[in-house]
Amino acid sequence: MNIYKCIHKVCTILMETSRSICIWVLLLVIFIFPINIGAQELVLPKDSIITINLDEVILISAKKTLDYHRQPKPLSTLDEYLESSKKVDMVKRGAYAWEPTLNNMFSERLSVTIDGMRIFGACTDKMDPVTSYVDVSNLSQAHIASGQQGTEHGNTIGGAINLELDRGNFKETGLYGGVEMGFESNNQMGVVGAELNYSNSNFYVDTDVIYRKAENYFAGGDEEVEFSQFEKYNFSANGGYKIAEDQALTASLIYDEARDVGYPALTMDVSLARAIIASVGFEQDALWGSLNNWKSKLYFNKVTHVMDDTKRPDVPIHMDMPGWSDTYGFYSQAALQAKKHQFLFKVDGYYNKSLAEMTMYPNDPNELPMFMLTWPDVRTANAGVYAEDELDLNGSFLKIATRMTVQNQNVADEFGLNSLKIFYPEMEKSKTRFLKSISGQWHKMWMPWHFNAGLSYGDRAPSVTEGYGFYLFNSFDNHDYIGDPGLANEKSMEANTKISWEKSKLKLSAEANFFHIADYIIGEIDPSLSVMTIGAEGVKIYKNLEYANLFNTSLDMEYAILPELKWSGLISYHRGTDNNGDNIPFISPFSYRSGLQFDNRSFSAAFRITGAGKQVNYNPEFGEDQTQAYTVCSLTFGKTFKFNNDSMYAKFGVENIFDENYSTYTDWKNIPRMGRNFFLTLSYSIN
Amino acid sequence: MKTIKLGLVTILAAVGMISCSSDGDDSPKNDVNPLAEFNLIANIEANGHSLELYSEGKTGFTTGYNELFVRIKNNADDTYYTNPEITWLPVMHMMSMNHSCPISELSISDDYDTVATGYIVFQMPGNTDEFWDITFTYEVEGQEFSVTETIDVTAPSDGKQAVSSFMGSDDVRYVLAMVEPTDPKVAVNDIKAMLFKMESMMSFPIVENYSVALDPRMPSMGNHSSPNNEDLTYDAVTKAYNGKLSLTMTGYWKLNLKLLNSTGEVLKGEDITDENEASSLYFELEF
Repeated sequence: MNIYKCIHKVCTILMETSRSICIWVLLLVIFIFPINIGAQELVLPKDSIITINLDEVILISAKKTLDYHRQPKPLSTLDEYLESSKKVDMVKRGAYAWEPTLNNMFSERLSVTIDGMRIFGACTDKMDPVTSYVDVSNLSQAHIASGQQGTEHGNTIGGAINLELDRGNFKETGLYGGVEMGFESNNQMGVVGAELNYSNSNFYVDTDVIYRKAENYFAGGDEEVEFSQFEKYNFSANGGYKIAEDQALTASLIYDEARDVGYPALTMDVSLARAIIASVGFEQDALWGSLNNWKSKLYFNKVTHVMDDTKRPDVPIHMDMPGWSDTYGFYSQAALQAKKHQFLFKVDGYYNKSLAEMTMYPNDPNELPMFMLTWPDVRTANAGVYAEDELDLNGSFLKIATRMTVQNQNVADEFGLNSLKIFYPEMEKSKTRFLKSISGQWHKMWMPWHFNAGLSYGDRAPSVTEGYGFYLFNSFDNHDYIGDPGLANEKSMEANTKISWEKSKLKLSAEANFFHIADYIIGEIDPSLSVMTIGAEGVKIYKNLEYANLFNTSLDMEYAILPELKWSGLISYHRGTDNNGDNIPFISPFSYRSGLQFDNRSFSAAFRITGAGKQVNYNPEFGEDQTQAYTVCSLTFGKTFKFNNDSMYAKFGVENIFDENYSTYTDWKNIPRMGRNFFLTLSYSIN
Repeated sequence: MKTIKLGLVTILAAVGMISCSSDGDDSPKNDVNPLAEFNLIANIEANGHSLELYSEGKTGFTTGYNELFVRIKNNADDTYYTNPEITWLPVMHMMSMNHSCPISELSISDDYDTVATGYIVFQMPGNTDEFWDITFTYEVEGQEFSVTETIDVTAPSDGKQAVSSFMGSDDVRYVLAMVEPTDPKVAVNDIKAMLFKMESMMSFPIVENYSVALDPRMPSMGNHSSPNNEDLTYDAVTKAYNGKLSLTMTGYWKLNLKLLNSTGEVLKGEDITDENEASSLYFELEF
């Protein structure tokens, strides 16, 4: 690792000397392409569904297509892949387990699934978003759907992220494998991965393993961010077997474990975050009548999360905060094609147990420990039906989708129920809610023009934290939060539109969506309550605001200067206000990205700029302060080498070239992002 | 028909008589030991009798509120006297003086006529030089007896304060004792306390219609409080002060109190502020 540090230093010095030249080049680039230039969006070839939906697909696994060049950084974390999406921003509490937000909405307003499986983090402080329990080695792509277009796997307000597992899928590829290695200079992260797969027309099995270890990272200006280390490994296996020509059994297993994960923005770290995710499925080409493509799955997952503050100096009181989340679920779906209709029907259900506790150890060892249940063993039983239809209307398409769900939440632990009854003496042990969603999305083409418009309505139940959380400390706004089991469902009325102009060389699109969210759930200060956490400023109770409005708009552009050379870019603007016109927290300021990409199949190079303007609309009541403008640049090179049948792909790059010390609006407590970072990844695939 | 019916009734009545008389047999009333689940904390032998003192939860006399069950056994035949008339008087023998403490009368319990119940509120524990004794005066089979026995009164095993003896701002000495919760939970608990005034060294009558303000705090955790507590108010039926105590977690709680008289004047205790972390009048709980 020391050698590695040296290389980092040498490169850093080289960079410093060339800094002025680089800035000059940069200015020139911006001058020539005044509107924008942007990162290449990794969109798969579009099928009809994708053209109707304003969905986005992030390609994660390139090995099936050997299309490594489209990946900006092959062995980066899943979080970095998601961040490359146009609609996703990642909330950072450290270097690990970033929380995805979509349309400026957080986990509780999103449906995040793994191959359609529901899974819920076990941390009351959102240190373990679902996306932290898989790794890029498990996945083929991430499917991102905005707003009510994401209700296929569950009720949502902001949208859905479905992570699709990578699998052989009965292709005649035979035995193949690969080894991958990656290094990053800034936090001395080492990544080692391997995979071994076999697939034929009757049987397939995919296995992979990946290990990552990183030390503290350094923000711009060589500022060490303490407690930002992490270590994780992940193993997955999935397979399929055809029991008949048109029937197949599938199974998948993921084991993911992270240890010694630092969260510099929080007061605690994590000693263990572990998930076991398993499923068995059955697929059949035809069901009865014209129903076909029948897929069913039974799954379970078990998440264990243990927070730890023993390595922190000067904690006012030492505490243990473990959490557990177990989910059992199923779904079954079938499609139907009839003349101008394309139907999809789905039934699904899950049962989740969420339990979290907190034990605080007084400084006086003679005193008994203080114990409370922060999630009182909430049992959520959820069952829903989903149906969609894509209608061909001669020259335009209309997609209508609806979901009906019934959800019951039950506080199973008597201790926890009595705790909550201190606040809500009248509360019932069990509460049932009905959730619904309906959306219509229309797509009209007048070549080269495309016009998309959608209207939808949907609602969601409060999350376990919002409904039943007990003295959960939020370090961002420095308040203790208490849930309210009597909260009304949050309801969203949404409109979206997109207009685009596409010719072979130039693509331009403008897009906007607007959410009017009635009964918006957010914490409100209750001055009568006494803070539990030492040093906290107050206590907030989750309440329904009358409404909140969110608006997102973006302008996207792509221009092929040469077949191998592309400019692309994106600018976006976001706004969120409540019924009093006050700012909603965590709304992105004006932001932009632009880039130049060269790719001739054996060699690739890319230069990217991302940045944001100064945050104008923020809300100090939620701990926000004004985030300053920033611009960061990155440069990557990739090269494929062929050895007989095998191939090796190498990618080298530097991120944050000018070592800018910056933080974005999603950085918890303004922890600075990583400074200059050199990375090198090597992928060797054996066919 | 009529005669047959009459005959049936007669037979039934006769059967009933027989079974009744067998019930009335002089088998001992204490076939079932009513205090089997209780702890025997003192057994005083005198006059051919055994005075048995039981407590439901405690294993000895402790400072604070002690609910006690007393019965008298005739050592000659191991039977318990029914409806004994008992009075008691605990006395603390201090270096300079003697005094008693708040007590109730001993009354026969509703369920068993051999058991008398009452309470004693010890304000202080005994020590090597100062000790408590109890004098029982009782009448069984028309004859009056008396016995005095030294007892050991200790602080509760967890060392937590459940009684306070103090001088109010009206120059009256009061004794405030916590009766409930005996088994505190993370929940809204019923809290019950009794208030007495020291009229003389030997007389501690119940004080009525005052109120006790309640502010529970956790000193080890930033001295935070809990919501939805209710101050203690006087209940004429139980002659005690009842309120609600919210405990949001386990651990050590200090129940800061303020005693107010019937006109709302503070007699003892202070508000909790950033400068003043605790009231001079308080109870303690740890669980």
